[in-house]
Amino acid sequence: MTQLQDDKELPHLSSDQLSPDQLSAYYSGKRLLRNEIHIQEVYFQWLLSKQYFIPVPAIKRKLFHYTCQRCGNSRRSLFGDIPCASCGETHVYCRKCIMMGRVLACDFLYYWNGPVIERTLLQYEPCTWEGTLTSTQEKAANRIVKAIQLQEKELLIWAVCGSGKTEMLFAGISEGLKKGLRVCIATPRTDVVQELKPRIQQAFSSIPIEALYGGSNDTEAKAQLIISTTHQLLRFQEAFDIMIIDEIDAFPFHSDPSLLFAVQRSRKLKSTSIYLTATPRKQHQMQILLKQLPHFFVPVRYHGHPLPVPYMKMSISLKKDVQNNHPPASFVSWLKKRKNPNRQLLIFVPTISLVESLLASVTKLLLQEQMIKNKFEIASVYANDGARVEKVQAFRDKKLVAIMTTTILERGVTFPSVDVAIFDAGHDVFDEAALVQIAGRAGRSAEDPKGEVVFFHDGKTEAMIKAVEMIKEMNKRIADF
Amino acid sequence: MHCLWCENEVEFSLTWKSLLIPSREKVLCSSCRGKLELLQGERCNMCSRVSMEKLCSDCKRWQSLTHPSSLQWNYSIYKYNYFMKELVAKWKYRGDYTLGVSFQSIFQEHFKVHFNHLRKSAIAVPIPLSHERLKERGFNQAQMLTEFLPIESCSPLERLHGEKQSKKTKKERITGGNPFKLKETIKKQVILVDDIYTTGATLHQAARLLIDSGCPAVYSYTLIRG
Ligand SMILES: [Zn+2]
Ligand SMILES: [Zn+2]
Ligand SMILES: [Zn+2]
Repeated sequence: MTQLQDDKELPHLSSDQLSPDQLSAYYSGKRLLRNEIHIQEVYFQWLLSKQYFIPVPAIKRKLFHYTCQRCGNSRRSLFGDIPCASCGETHVYCRKCIMMGRVLACDFLYYWNGPVIERTLLQYEPCTWEGTLTSTQEKAANRIVKAIQLQEKELLIWAVCGSGKTEMLFAGISEGLKKGLRVCIATPRTDVVQELKPRIQQAFSSIPIEALYGGSNDTEAKAQLIISTTHQLLRFQEAFDIMIIDEIDAFPFHSDPSLLFAVQRSRKLKSTSIYLTATPRKQHQMQILLKQLPHFFVPVRYHGHPLPVPYMKMSISLKKDVQNNHPPASFVSWLKKRKNPNRQLLIFVPTISLVESLLASVTKLLLQEQMIKNKFEIASVYANDGARVEKVQAFRDKKLVAIMTTTILERGVTFPSVDVAIFDAGHDVFDEAALVQIAGRAGRSAEDPKGEVVFFHDGKTEAMIKAVEMIKEMNKRIADF
Repeated sequence: MHCLWCENEVEFSLTWKSLLIPSREKVLCSSCRGKLELLQGERCNMCSRVSMEKLCSDCKRWQSLTHPSSLQWNYSIYKYNYFMKELVAKWKYRGDYTLGVSFQSIFQEHFKVHFNHLRKSAIAVPIPLSHERLKERGFNQAQMLTEFLPIESCSPLERLHGEKQSKKTKKERITGGNPFKLKETIKKQVILVDDIYTTGATLHQAARLLIDSGCPAVYSYTLIRG
C-alpha cells in the first residue's frame, strides 16, 4: 500500500463518484476487503489518507498463532498456505470464510471512519400490517417494544411453534425505525431469509429492506432494515442498534464460533438483542433459570389450540425393515387408520441415503392405499437439493400429497394441514429440540389444529421422552397463562 | 487431522507407513474421496474420455480439423462429476489453494504409470493464466499440479488476456486466434499440465504453438476429463 501525504488534494472526481457524506450510507458499519469497496483507486487512496477508511491487517499474527480479522477463525488447520501471486510471498489465507471472498495475510480489511449517517426520525407509522394480534402475541410485542425503549441488552422470547412470532416483532421493528435505529433480523438459513423478506416487506411497505444471503441481489447492504444470514454479518462492524436473532437455538454456535463472533461484532456496543426460539438450548434455559437472561414466554399458538402431543409407535423390526428398503411395519398399519386421511403427509427420516432408498417403497405403499394417484404426488427433499424450494412450494400448493425429508424441513416451514411421521425417531439426529420442532409442523391452521405426530422407533430414547414432556409442559402452561 | 473438504476428523490406521508420512500431509476423508470418480474402463486413446471407440468422436473431429494433430495424446484421472465440480470451484475460483494438495499423491502415482517413459526426455509445462486472472486468483492451479511432478518444468507460454482475445486485434490475426504466446522455444518433448481437459481446444492451441516452433512432441496430463 502506498503512503500518501496528508495534505494531498482531493483528486478530481468523475460525476458518478460519491462524496464522503454519500459514501457513509454505503460503508458505515461495514468491514470490507478492498475488492468489496467500489471506489476508484486514486479516490480510495485519498479517503485513506484522510482516515475516512481505517485499514486493519486482515489476518493478525502472534508468533505462530493467526486470527482472521473478518471471521475470527484462529484454528491453524483452517488456515492454508499460498504462494501468493499478488505479493510474491508465501503466506497464510483464511479457509474458514473463503466462500465470502478469500482473505489473504497480505490483505487489509477497511472500516468506515467518516461521517456517521444520520437517519431521520419517522413522523409516521411505518408498519402497514393490517392483521390483529392475539392478546398473547400483543403481550409479547409490548415486551419487545419495552426492551427497545429501555435499551435492554438482551431479551429471549420463548414462543412455541405456530405462535406467530414474526407478527410479534412488528411493533418492535416499528419502534426502532421511528427512532432512526438500524435493525437487523438474522437467521442461520438462507431459505428463511428468502421467506421472511416478502413478509416483512409487506408489513413495512414503504421502508427499503435488503435481504442478504450468499448469491442475493441486494448487495449494497445500506438499508436501515436488513434481513441477513449470520454469515453475511461478517461484513459488518458495529452497525446495528437492534439485532433480532430468529431461531437462536438453530445456530450451530457450538460447532461454529464464527457465527457468534459475527453477531457480536455487527451490533453496536449499545444495542438491544432479541432472541427468538421455540426450543431453547440448555445454556439459555439455565440462564433463564438463574435469571441471567430476561425472557418472555409464549406457550399459546396463535389459534389458541394446544400443541399436538406426539405418540410413539414401537416397531421391533424397524432396523430390518429399513435395511430392506421398507417403511416400518407399524407405519403401514397406522397409515390405514389415520383420523383424517385428507391431511398431507410429512415423513422425516434420519439420513439422505434413507430418503433415497425408501422413496420407492413408500411411493408404492401410498399408491396401494390410494393416498396418491401417481408417483408424481410424492417427492423427496434434502439439503443441497437443487429443487428444494420448488418442491416445498408444490407441497404447499397441494400438488404434492407427501414429502419425505431429512431434518432440513424440521423448522421454518409452515403447512396448514399435515400428519407427521418420523421413521427411526431414536436416531441421534433427532435430538429433543429437533423432535419438538418436527412435532410443531402439525396442527398449524385454525381449520385443522389437530394433526397427528407419530414417532416410529425400536426403543424409546431420552430425547423422545423429553420432547413429549416438553410439549405437554407447554400445553399445561396455556392454562396458567 | 481434518478433511480438507468436510472438516471431519480423518482417521488413520496406524501402520509403519502412516507413521512415516509427515503428519502435515493434507487429505480428504475417505467419505469425500469416495465421491470422486476415477475414469474407468475403455477410454479414447487420444483424450482419455470414457469411450468404447479407440478414437472418440471429439478426437476424430480434432484430427479432421488439424492435420497432423499437434497433441500426441492426453491422459486424465478423474471424471468431472458433481462433487468434483464443487471441489474445483472452491479450489480454483474461490482460490482455496490448499484444496489442491489433496490431489498431490494421485497426480504423482498416475504420472509414474502413464508418463514414466517420458521421465528422462520430457519437460513439464503448465498452461498459464493471463496476468489479470493470476492476480485475481492469487495462484495458477496448473502450476500447482506441475510442481507435484518429479520432472523438470518451465513456463515458456504466456496467455493473452481474455478481452484482447475476443476483439479482432492485429495480434490475433498474426497468432491465428491462439490465446498463447511463446516466450522461448523448447527443443525437448513437452508434457502440458492443466486441471481439466474439456473440449481440448486450449491444450491443442498450446501444443500447436510449441510444435510450430520446433518442439518434437507434445503430450498433456490433466487431472480431470470434463
Ligand atoms: Zn476468515
Ligand atoms: Zn500475498
Ligand atoms: Zn477422445
